Amino acid sequence: MASFHFELVSPEKLLFSGEVEQVDVPGAEGDFGVLAQHAPMVTTLRPGILTVHGTGGEQKIVVLGGFAEVSADGLTVLAEVAEAMENVDRSTITDRIGELESRIAKTEAGSELDKLITQLDHFKEVDRHLTGTAMH
Amino acid sequence: MASLKDMRVRIAATKATQKITKAMQMVAASKLRRAQAAAEAARPYAERMGKVLGSIAAAVAGSDSAPRLLAGTGNDRVHLLVVCTAERGLCGPFNSSIVRLARDKANALIADGKEVKILCVGRKGYDQLRRLYGKLIIETIELRGVRTISFAQGEMIAKKVIALFEQGTFDVATLFFSRFRSVVAQIPTAQQIIPLVFEKAAETGPAAAYEYEPEEEEILAELLPRNLAVQVFRALLENAASEQGARMSAMDNATRNAGEMIRKQTLTYNRTRQAMITKELIEIISGAEAL
Repeated sequence: MASFHFELVSPEKLLFSGEVEQVDVPGAEGDFGVLAQHAPMVTTLRPGILTVHGTGGEQKIVVLGGFAEVSADGLTVLAEVAEAMENVDRSTITDRIGELESRIAKTEAGSELDKLITQLDHFKEVDRHLTGTAMH
Repeated sequence: MASLKDMRVRIAATKATQKITKAMQMVAASKLRRAQAAAEAARPYAERMGKVLGSIAAAVAGSDSAPRLLAGTGNDRVHLLVVCTAERGLCGPFNSSIVRLARDKANALIADGKEVKILCVGRKGYDQLRRLYGKLIIETIELRGVRTISFAQGEMIAKKVIALFEQGTFDVATLFFSRFRSVVAQIPTAQQIIPLVFEKAAETGPAAAYEYEPEEEEILAELLPRNLAVQVFRALLENAASEQGARMSAMDNATRNAGEMIRKQTLTYNRTRQAMITKELIEIISGAEAL
């Protein structure tokens, strides 16, 4: 299988850089998989799980928003927050869920509320994934 | 003439000072290593960000829908100076050189008939600017309890700046910080952050035809505030490294000066001691001769 260059950077550090076969990215408008020779594109990310399929098996990384850029050089993900799944502290996610819920309770109906609810759904999904692996 | 005991006390005091400056130098050296590593780790993100932003901005530039963070308000009457300094002193010319740069800029703008507002990040800059521009300072952000700078701080400051911009408080924002070149060279720098200026605008021209998801405008609306936060974050990291570098060389100088002082004081002490011994001997001998 053809491989391509993948880089995952957060403002604080470079998390991943190397050749991979496939990356599943949680895009704002739906998940998408990137293989070698993907058409150039730029997209925003939603909070979710990014999966890297490399030669040494797969690796799951939690990203909380950011950007992905696919160019001829490969895929670059600029994540706001990124952490390998096994290192994620679940309490940070539950804190964010609590914060969003209290904000939703205070916000009046409108596009702002819709946005918050979508955000909440994303975080809940991440949380579900995390609890899922914890039980295994 | 000070007595021998007084001189001994002074030498001991200078030695104690030297120990402190030496310790501070060593602490600064180890903090510098960490700060430098953090600044380097943040570089790839900032670079990538600039590249992505550049290519999208090129696609949107010129159209009426370009967001205000990119295009500006259309005039440049009110300027906001974001002055980032340290929380602590004893780091040589670090704080004052940043403040001086900001002051020169402020004076030039005021002479031009523009309005100036100042946002201070860090207590030292506020202390120095307060005397001259007390009324112009609209806000001060202290990073007192912050041990290692994280992205959250950069984001917090960027959000404040954006909120002020959206209220129409200013037209142009400039960030002042010290760029870290090496331990002995820190360069005070002014960087315009709103409206955004691209350093390499020409290079982004023939970028690959990207597909955007969602639309360019929407991505840009999210990307621009993020970019601002990244720029502020980078400035804070560069500042942290520069501060430690400046402190290290300042404390190195102080240690050397203290060593020099100890040498001189010891010399005077020994001379005085010998002079006294000689004097006592003369007294004894002349007393014996008189008998």
